[in-house]
Amino acid sequence: MANRINREQVQHVAELAKLEFTDTQLDALTPQLDDIIGLFESLSEVDTTGVEPTSSVTDQINVMRDDVADNWGQSAALLKNAPDAERGYIKVPAIIDESED
Amino acid sequence: MNFETTIGLEVHVELKTNSKIFSPSPVEFGDDPNANTNVIDWGYPGVLPTTNKGVVADGIIAALALHADVEQHTHFDRKNYFYPDNPKAYQITQADKPIAHDGWVEITVDGVKKKIGIEEMHIEEDAGKNTHERNYSYVDLNRQGTPLIEIVSKPDIASPAEAYAYLEALRQRIQFTGISDVKMEEGSMRVDVNISVRPVGQEKFGTKTELKNLNSFTYVKRGLEYEEKRQQQVLMSGGSVRQETRRFDEKTGETILMRVKEGSDDYRYFPEPDLPALNISDDWIKDLQAAMPEMPGKRRERYVNDLGLTDYDAMVITQTKEMSDFFDAMIALKADPKMAANYLQGDVNAYLNDNQVDLSATKLTPANLAGMINLISDGTISTKMAKKVFKAVTKGEEPKAYVEAHGLVQLSDPAKLQPIIDDVLDQNPQSIEDFNNGKDRAVGYLVGQIMKQTHGQANPQVVNKLLMAALKH
Amino acid sequence: MDYLKQDLASLHADLVAKKYSAKELTQQTFANIKATDPQVDAFLHLNEDEALAQADQIDAAGISEDQPLAGIPMALKDNLVTKNVTTTAGSKILGNFKPVYDATVVQKLANAQMISVGKTNLDEFAMGSSTENSAFKTTKNAWDHTKVPGGSSGGSAAAVAAGMVPATLGSDTGGSIRQPASFNGVVGMKPTYGRVSRWGLIAFGSSLDAIGPMTRTVKDNALMLSAIAGHDQHDLTSSDKAVPNYAADLTAATSVKGLRIGLPKEFLGDGIADDVKQAILAAADTYRKLGATVDEVSLPHNKYGVAAYYIIASSEASSNLQRFDGIRYGYRAQDVKNLEDVYVKSRSEGFGEEVKRRIMLGTFSLSAGFYDAYFLKAARVRTVILNDFKAILKDHDFIMGPVTPTTAFGIGEEITDPMTMYMNDILTIPVNLAGLPGLSLPAGFSKGLPIGMQLIGRPFDESTLYQAGYAFEQNTEFHTKVPTLGGHN
Repeated sequence: MANRINREQVQHVAELAKLEFTDTQLDALTPQLDDIIGLFESLSEVDTTGVEPTSSVTDQINVMRDDVADNWGQSAALLKNAPDAERGYIKVPAIIDESED
Repeated sequence: MNFETTIGLEVHVELKTNSKIFSPSPVEFGDDPNANTNVIDWGYPGVLPTTNKGVVADGIIAALALHADVEQHTHFDRKNYFYPDNPKAYQITQADKPIAHDGWVEITVDGVKKKIGIEEMHIEEDAGKNTHERNYSYVDLNRQGTPLIEIVSKPDIASPAEAYAYLEALRQRIQFTGISDVKMEEGSMRVDVNISVRPVGQEKFGTKTELKNLNSFTYVKRGLEYEEKRQQQVLMSGGSVRQETRRFDEKTGETILMRVKEGSDDYRYFPEPDLPALNISDDWIKDLQAAMPEMPGKRRERYVNDLGLTDYDAMVITQTKEMSDFFDAMIALKADPKMAANYLQGDVNAYLNDNQVDLSATKLTPANLAGMINLISDGTISTKMAKKVFKAVTKGEEPKAYVEAHGLVQLSDPAKLQPIIDDVLDQNPQSIEDFNNGKDRAVGYLVGQIMKQTHGQANPQVVNKLLMAALKH
Repeated sequence: MDYLKQDLASLHADLVAKKYSAKELTQQTFANIKATDPQVDAFLHLNEDEALAQADQIDAAGISEDQPLAGIPMALKDNLVTKNVTTTAGSKILGNFKPVYDATVVQKLANAQMISVGKTNLDEFAMGSSTENSAFKTTKNAWDHTKVPGGSSGGSAAAVAAGMVPATLGSDTGGSIRQPASFNGVVGMKPTYGRVSRWGLIAFGSSLDAIGPMTRTVKDNALMLSAIAGHDQHDLTSSDKAVPNYAADLTAATSVKGLRIGLPKEFLGDGIADDVKQAILAAADTYRKLGATVDEVSLPHNKYGVAAYYIIASSEASSNLQRFDGIRYGYRAQDVKNLEDVYVKSRSEGFGEEVKRRIMLGTFSLSAGFYDAYFLKAARVRTVILNDFKAILKDHDFIMGPVTPTTAFGIGEEITDPMTMYMNDILTIPVNLAGLPGLSLPAGFSKGLPIGMQLIGRPFDESTLYQAGYAFEQNTEFHTKVPTLGGHN
């Protein structure tokens, strides 16, 4: 394993992505990611000096919607789909953030 | 040790559009929770955003109002973070190519003028609202997708007073464009503040702290004043300032540590693939420029140079676009500028304060107020009578009709006044003698008698003129 | 009726002639699915009641000549949202999710009065090349039930190949229509980026995703694309170019005479199986015989496509899939103490292994300190690859090559090795990076398994691809072959 990414980095990325892995999963995942990132690094062989990045291949530019309000009346159906809702609000367990106050 | 202060302000301005920035849901407040939401606002699987043209136009207008350069090739980016009021777990914003950059506003502090630079300004979506109760949070997505402009200052602000003046100038200019209400008390203007101090001569900026809970311009100033002193004291006592977020306490006027920042957040910005890039044409900018309302600075110049108002009067009248527009409408109706300015600053402002309303929410109209002033100017009514008329005007009454209906017409005709004056003089020989002996008080008494005879309707100026002529005979 | 023998035009003719009603056709379709699908596992859900009710309505109104798709059953990949009909994207995190709106393509097919019989299996969130990443079941190749059907639109491909429905919709981010079409011997079109609205397609890689039809014949495919393509006010990246009647151009007179075809040498290079190479070379000969010229050309940066793709698609996916957070819809983990638990547990329990792997790769590629070296570099390499295609298509009408390096592999063979699995898409991925149209159609058989040919065109020139595909079909017999395994009659 070439160590392009180590276990701690994998864990840090998991935190950013709000995922958790068991130790056994991390053991399997870390070398897999390392391999794939190795493949990614092959891109350094391509000379991209002065090449603009492409982030979209749409043929559209400048398309916008006129500022007209339209309520689609979906509120009730959306609330019905929520795992937990109360008085018209989506209900979620409290944020426990010890650093606050 | 002498210190210099550097203040950075990030100002969020909520735009008054009909629909949200990336969904056609209405932008309205005070409705039932989640009433103004659709699948886009909820970040449903498969939905796509659509750019509101009105928001882009407002961004350009704000750029023009703040002397900024419009970025004609611009696009949106995603800012990724998880929070219940952020349904897609990314905010669509502009990181890479904001809609405008390098603007400025002019401020005056203690008579000294200074330009404060604006680094960049970008358009983005607001989040929903979380309400926290005991063990749960309640999410309302009505605000999700409300359009915002974020305006980021350059590190030019060197004191809390300058910060205050900068906010005033920003608020005023944005308010004049009409794209936002810019009211901090209603959340349509929000301010994030950072401040650092460094010994004079040190090249590197000091460590910044961020301040939260600054809900008015005054709190911004007070919070900064406290924080400026606190940081200076830390440095003078040999300590070092930590990178932290502090909360302003409105009661004590102090700032309190909220959290220490460790490293920076990782928002993983990247270009938003769901929205085509924008290519803002010169023509579009020109059209918006042409339709821009006159900015407060230009109006103040006009008021002072063309209409003869004092600098102070011009400043007060241009506090809001509403007031200034109202004033301009009155001038167009030939109201005397000085009197119009005085009424707006005096009786009108007092009325607005007493009733806690905005000018637009009253029944006052430029036509009626100008009509009343014109009645004073042409001598039809006295300023004293005008008090009564003003009350009627605040109720939406037409001044001329009111004056006629209530017999408030001033008696200015010398042919009618002369016999009354003659009569009063005949009945008061003692006063004539007193006058001849140099007792000016006698004149006041005689005027009072004449007013009494005319039930207060005599024009005091005309009476004075006629009386003096008679006495000197 | 027999979907393995009849094309859409002949089904339409039968319906107009009232040889059977739409209801009878729909009933027969469900009977076939119930007989065949237990061996193939192409479907995740069926909507029998709604479909029969819709068929009744269509029969009552009557089917006229100018409604070429009316009353004909079809099926949708389960990453296309359907109002009030369970839509899972093959993921546990969407379990019993019932969308509150229809995808634009679903609406368009409903307007054309096609009858949706159900939702087809896929790799979770369309991430995979074998349909083994579905949280619910593994679909089998219609030709050999021990082989994978390809992916991620494996259910849509197998359903058509096994004769359960005459047409399906799939989605293609890196080959997910073309590769399963190739593995199952059916026709699959990945249209130009923006040709078909993505509104209602559960996003994977937003700058790469395309919806397209999967059918038994080129003409059927052309009919379907005309029905689903077009500008959509809900998708600002959808093109406002007019939609041709693609099928109208496919007649006895359709020819490739005088066309210039490019055959990139990299498409027949290392890693491409001999049987696949031979089939493509034979197809090139067919085209030459039909009057086209076939030149060897080069896509020098083709081999970097996989790396660029896995960075870009995973980065976009990592962001797109953040909305699955247990807050507003879908799966929320039980026994959670706080908000962080809701996020981490719902996502960790709800997503499968491959999806998590891609989220990790994407999050990493966008993270502070790595963005320039990975995401931005990949976006630049994307430009280089795009330019390679442009250079060839400047003086070639289209490009031909294989769809996949090999024929269908065995179930379980590659699923434990992500790198090998990723390499399956080496020939299809560059087409998504460039946003070009790509058509996959049967061009041979090896050991009883279909081999697919890929035609790659200029942006919005699906017409040429259909014409070339149609000409090929008219002069070969691969498309008439049907699988002998399976429970169809």
